[in-house]
Amino acid sequence: MSQKQPRVIVVGGGLAGLSATIKVAEAGVPVDLFSMVPVKRSHSVCAQGGINACNEVARQQGYSEWIHMDETLYGGDFLQHQPPVYEMTHWAPRIIDLLDRMGVPFNRTAEGQRDLRLFGGSLFKRTHFAGASTGQQLLYGLDEQVRRHEADGKVNKYEFWEFLWPIIDDNGECKGIIAQDMRTMQIKPFLADAVVMATGGNGMVFGKSTMSVICTGGAAARCYQAGAWFGNPEFIQVHPTAIPGEDKCRLMSESARGEGGRVWVPREKGDVRPPLDIPEEERWYFLEEKYPAYGNLVPRDIATREIFFVCEDGYGIGGSRMVYLDVSHLPQGTKDKLKAILEIYEKFTGDDPTEVPMKIFPAVHYSMGGLYTVFTEEEKEAVPGDGEKTIGMKDGAPNNMMTNIPGLFAFGEVNYQYHGGTRLGANALLNCIFDGLFCGPSLVNYAKEGRMSPASELSQDIIDKFVKQEQDKVDALVNSKGKANPYDIWRRLGDEMTAAATVVRTEERMQKALETVKALREEYKDVCLSDTGMWTNQNLSFTRALNDMLIYAEAILVPAIARKESRGSHYRPDYPERIDDPFQKTSLVKYVNDQPELSYEDVATPMVPPRARTYGKTS
Amino acid sequence: MIASDAKKSFFVKVKRQDSPEKNPYYEVFELPYKPNLNIISCLQAIASNPVTVDGKQSTPVVWDCSCLEEVCGACTMVMGGQVGQSCSTLVDELIERDGTGTKDNPITLEPMSKFPVVRDLFVDRSSMFANLKDIKGWVPIDGTHDLGAGPKEDPEAQELRYQLSRCMTCGCCLEACPQFSLEGNFVGAQVFGQTLYFNTHETGASLKEDRLDVMQQAGGISDCGNAQNCVEVCPKELPLVEAIAKIGRQTTVHSIKKFFTGKK
Ligand SMILES: Cc1cc2nc3c(=O)[nH]c(=O)nc-3n(C[C@H](O)[C@H](O)[C@H](O)COP(=O)(O)OP(=O)(O)OC[C@H]3O[C@@H](n4cnc5c(N)ncnc54)[C@H](O)[C@@H]3O)c2cc1C
Ligand code: SF4
Ligand code: SF4
Ligand code: FES
Repeated sequence: MSQKQPRVIVVGGGLAGLSATIKVAEAGVPVDLFSMVPVKRSHSVCAQGGINACNEVARQQGYSEWIHMDETLYGGDFLQHQPPVYEMTHWAPRIIDLLDRMGVPFNRTAEGQRDLRLFGGSLFKRTHFAGASTGQQLLYGLDEQVRRHEADGKVNKYEFWEFLWPIIDDNGECKGIIAQDMRTMQIKPFLADAVVMATGGNGMVFGKSTMSVICTGGAAARCYQAGAWFGNPEFIQVHPTAIPGEDKCRLMSESARGEGGRVWVPREKGDVRPPLDIPEEERWYFLEEKYPAYGNLVPRDIATREIFFVCEDGYGIGGSRMVYLDVSHLPQGTKDKLKAILEIYEKFTGDDPTEVPMKIFPAVHYSMGGLYTVFTEEEKEAVPGDGEKTIGMKDGAPNNMMTNIPGLFAFGEVNYQYHGGTRLGANALLNCIFDGLFCGPSLVNYAKEGRMSPASELSQDIIDKFVKQEQDKVDALVNSKGKANPYDIWRRLGDEMTAAATVVRTEERMQKALETVKALREEYKDVCLSDTGMWTNQNLSFTRALNDMLIYAEAILVPAIARKESRGSHYRPDYPERIDDPFQKTSLVKYVNDQPELSYEDVATPMVPPRARTYGKTS
Repeated sequence: MIASDAKKSFFVKVKRQDSPEKNPYYEVFELPYKPNLNIISCLQAIASNPVTVDGKQSTPVVWDCSCLEEVCGACTMVMGGQVGQSCSTLVDELIERDGTGTKDNPITLEPMSKFPVVRDLFVDRSSMFANLKDIKGWVPIDGTHDLGAGPKEDPEAQELRYQLSRCMTCGCCLEACPQFSLEGNFVGAQVFGQTLYFNTHETGASLKEDRLDVMQQAGGISDCGNAQNCVEVCPKELPLVEAIAKIGRQTTVHSIKKFFTGKK
């Protein structure tokens, strides 16, 4: 076949996928964009609080891109590769400008400037926001630009299509994907010269989380089974403030604390008085007391543990496992800025948080780990505020954020870079958009020049082999005469993972969880569909993803057990200290013989040497 | 009103349809009661054990959802005869409002009637996204190069745009609108809101005339009967009255201008 024009496939239409699509389409390369839901409904729409970037106001108070980088590394307990963090934080101001030009309705000051709010892990106001639904506004801003390229014929959207498997040729290069139409259930191959996974997080592995129901991690786990490696999959962020619910734990954004919200419990154990009857001096503002500098805005893992232990010690509200998050004292104007999230609280609990303190508890929120990726580093010209060494990423290098499988990239939350041991609030939206905008050109360059051979030359045999593999899986599920209920297995998986591998992790408990997950994998072999029809079968899609969730769960537990230290969100009471030798390393997890195989990769710290992560704790 | 604490279970009646060509039918399910359940929890419970009150083994109900916190717009359906988001509609609310939930008078769950059914409660809303393409629903930036910040904006203008930007393409406004139908060409309130959104932005306004051309066509703003049912049901409380009025005025001015300049 003659050399056809290169094509790019983007799997996922959240912030990462859409920004990548825009960059690739702008470069004149056609994009096929896949998403399980209309892209405008992607999980990114849930993000509430904001997006971080150095800005003029903060700069004049001594802030800089460098400090933003330093905060990110300190927050992440120095587990990150530093050059991508350098590059991301230095791009951040330009990203905000671009979003602003796209018409994102950022909040404004009286003078018409973009307004800023305080967020966790920083002493500077450097978080840009649109009310308390920033993710929605950012996603729509990008969605609109993609629609424009779609109208111009440069983007083909495949919405309600599910990615099933990457097509990998005999040289080990990714040449496209197998996908299934979720309405007609048709399975089809799609070829491309570069494929990017922008499929988000894996909260569903933990049952209830703050994430959307499509965040199963299934797509990432499929790439893992196909040979892609995971990096640091054991690092899972548990957000301190969520509203416990029957079907989901709904987030109460950090912006509530950024705007002045305070966390407290009654000083007296088991105090059952209504919160407003408890006088100020009988309230225990434990975060403010323990962390005078950062107060309620310590990083999430720290706040989460403090809340968890306060409840363990019996100080939870009326002896329960909940604490107060209080915004009732804030001025009306501030409450207005938080309207979007305060409404959520009122809708789902019936209480008005502007009048009474909210009751909250930590919930699984974000996956720092994910598909392992590489990049090309490059020395950068220092800007004001920078340190001595300035190493970023090389613009347009064809391997930026590429997995170990050539031609297969990972952007956004599914990418393991940037956040290390814990992510700072409002850095995820930045990382997603940065990946798309900065590494989008890398996709183009790989597709044009970096590839080993054009996708159009791929042999039909290979394509047929992968289609058959996926068709066989579907047939096996549909024809299964087993008895196991997939929803029941999923519920037990979630309960076990939440109990064993979230806030507090012990060797013993995690070993037990590993046994449980193994047993569930066995049970899964006997799984039975309650719907075997071949039209819009969500039962099939869920059950198939359940297998991937089980496999992902093992890939989380194995490195979590092996990491005998505490770092960021990974807290081991049996090893309460960070131990840089030997754990200042990325956990690499490979799928070998149906099992996770663990190895380590060194993490260099060329710009900011590791220091103790205390956030000025007093006691 | 039914005393909720005494309740052990409640009943829901779901309109099922196996595919676009098949005829719809109803199935009733009995579900264990818990306080604060939302409608989606009912559908999840049915999915894990799809057995009807008659003991018939059925299939999980197909429906559309994603965020479960009323921000993605996916889960719209008609519950107890009223359209809304099934993630933020609570069983207790419906029981209290309609006195339903009993075996004789179960809570009904139906798909929206103004969109083609794909299966069960899952409907095809692609026309809403297509309309956004027709009105050029974007800000025509020069490209993603580093060209500095966007236009400054005063807080009031931002406030209006922010409210309009919360439209989650859920379709409630269309389902409730007497002018909007499956067969007709009326575009409905969602599009009026979005037209105003883009026309209000300094750069977005450069495509204002193109958008108003669409508004002027059959199915555009002049077909709106001003019944304001849309405003009543919009879960995100968009200022749709203001949008309809402003787009009406903008379209009138636009037609007059076109009349005098002789442009068609
Ligand atoms: C409630 C909440 C609030 C948050 N608030 C903030 C905040 O204020 N600031 C911040 O910085 N971060 C925040 N975050 C984190 C941030 O929102 C996410 O990390 C980010 O949106 C992820 O974007 P993404 O583009 O990587 O993926 P997503 O937005 O999750 O998109 C994933 C895409 O992949 C598609 N997909 C998945 N699997 C498949 C498949 N098998 N086949 C086809 N398509 C598939 C989906 O359809 C979707 O389009 C928040 C997170 C939550 C849960
Ligand atoms: S005002 Fe009435 S006719 Fe016009 S869009 Fe709203 S519901 Fe429809
Ligand atoms: S205007 Fe309101 S009701 Fe209509 S689609 Fe938008 S959010 Fe939904
Ligand atoms: S599931 Fe997103 S609005 Fe209900």
